[in-house]
Amino acid sequence: MSELARLRTWQRFTLAQRVGRGLTYVLAAVAVVWSLRTIEVIPEFLYDAPEQTADLFRRMWPIDWSFWHEMVAEALVETFHTATLGTIIALVLSVPVALLAARNVTPSPTLNLVAKFILVSSRSVNSLIWALLFVAVFGPGALAGTLAIAFRSIGFVGKLLAEAIEEAQRGPLEALTAAGAPRASILLKGYWPQVEPSFWSVALFRWDINIRESAVLGLVGAGGIGVALDTGLNNLYWDQVGLCLLVIFLVVIATEIATSAIRSRII
Amino acid sequence: MSAALVIRGLRKEYRAGVPVLRDVSLEVGGTGMTAIIGPSGTGKSTLIRCINRLVDPTAGEILFGGTDLARLKGRALREARRRIGMVFQEYNLVERLSVIENLLCGRLGYVPVWRAWLRRFPPQDVARAFDLLDAVGLGDFATRRADALSGGQRQRVGIARAIMQDPELVLADEPTSSLDPKTSVEIMELLAQLARERGIPVIVNIHNVELAKRFAERIVGMSQGAIVFDGPPAELRESHLLAIYGGQGWIDA
Repeated sequence: MSELARLRTWQRFTLAQRVGRGLTYVLAAVAVVWSLRTIEVIPEFLYDAPEQTADLFRRMWPIDWSFWHEMVAEALVETFHTATLGTIIALVLSVPVALLAARNVTPSPTLNLVAKFILVSSRSVNSLIWALLFVAVFGPGALAGTLAIAFRSIGFVGKLLAEAIEEAQRGPLEALTAAGAPRASILLKGYWPQVEPSFWSVALFRWDINIRESAVLGLVGAGGIGVALDTGLNNLYWDQVGLCLLVIFLVVIATEIATSAIRSRII
Repeated sequence: MSAALVIRGLRKEYRAGVPVLRDVSLEVGGTGMTAIIGPSGTGKSTLIRCINRLVDPTAGEILFGGTDLARLKGRALREARRRIGMVFQEYNLVERLSVIENLLCGRLGYVPVWRAWLRRFPPQDVARAFDLLDAVGLGDFATRRADALSGGQRQRVGIARAIMQDPELVLADEPTSSLDPKTSVEIMELLAQLARERGIPVIVNIHNVELAKRFAERIVGMSQGAIVFDGPPAELRESHLLAIYGGQGWIDA
């Protein structure tokens, strides 16, 4: 007994921590049950879901290839242009915001906060909502889509760029400062070479995402292949919908392959 | 010997009331190598960084060519900085730029931003960069990226970059601490040689007392933010080292 008492013991968590962990598990379980009840599953629909899905695919086959010339080809090009132009605009606009947001470049908490606010507002609004807003302002079409893509991307690119800037090693910057370089030269020769790989990788990643996002923007009238998809859906021409989905799928795969190939080459 | 640099009553407190430098005064002549030795955390690095204002001193003056560096701001500070070259422990090269462009970075204080941006450096600067690269024995490495070099090679580039500034003073902050013993000697030789040939005074922070004694004409010993020894290497005795570093065992060994 006294022998045992003298042994030193070790436990990973204190009593309070163990109680806290137990409570967390209980809370998680409660949350799952609660959310299941909230989404109100209708059993009848759930049971015949496989049947319905199979039926949907049957109606898509054979695919209506004539729709390609009629609408899809042109819409696809428009989607590409929307995504690419939107990404370029976002890259240009996000650079100054990222510089303002990075605490090592802009040592002013107020300006950092303003920049962070811009980045968060851009990100907190979904592309589709941006598209709805711009359709209301500029009317339906690819211009609204392009701006929607650009405004949604500023937050994404700006945030990641600001983080990359903040992670720049101080040593080289110190060396250029010691050489008497003006701030602009320090940005160009000290920060940029360090940030460049992340910049291009973020740009490619965002372009990849934007191809996918601009494919659905047409659902709210902002141009691109989504318009073709929407037309097919509204007319219940499932063979046209099938073509649109197939094309979107292939395009996404193709951009995935292209971006990873470019990425492995530049980094 | 006219003084190139006069430091008077230099004081630095990172936290108020806790001075890292306690009213340091020091005069450095127009030529030769001055080695500052002392234990880690004694303010050697802070002292050297106060000179080119990578660290802002709390009080005191730093007279360099008649102007007080401690008071300069903005453009005047940049113009003073470009007359002072600096060599760093971790080399501080821009890793993803080529060796030659790293050297040209030493000219950024002189070259307009647009020229730096478009990489249209003045031809005489480019020619000098190649000459200096030959002088430090890296003539074949001009177009290599800096991160492809070894530590010793990087430090040679670091020294060449400092010399590119056409400095009137070179500061070296632990230039050999990341290098092996043989390379350390080569780097110190290079620094001493450039200082001699170009008549530039060099202030070097260094841990290695033997290297300091071998290459410097003057040793400044610091302890707890104050200078406790100042004289030629021949006068540096064990008792001085004891005062600088404390302890006993390491001297006997």
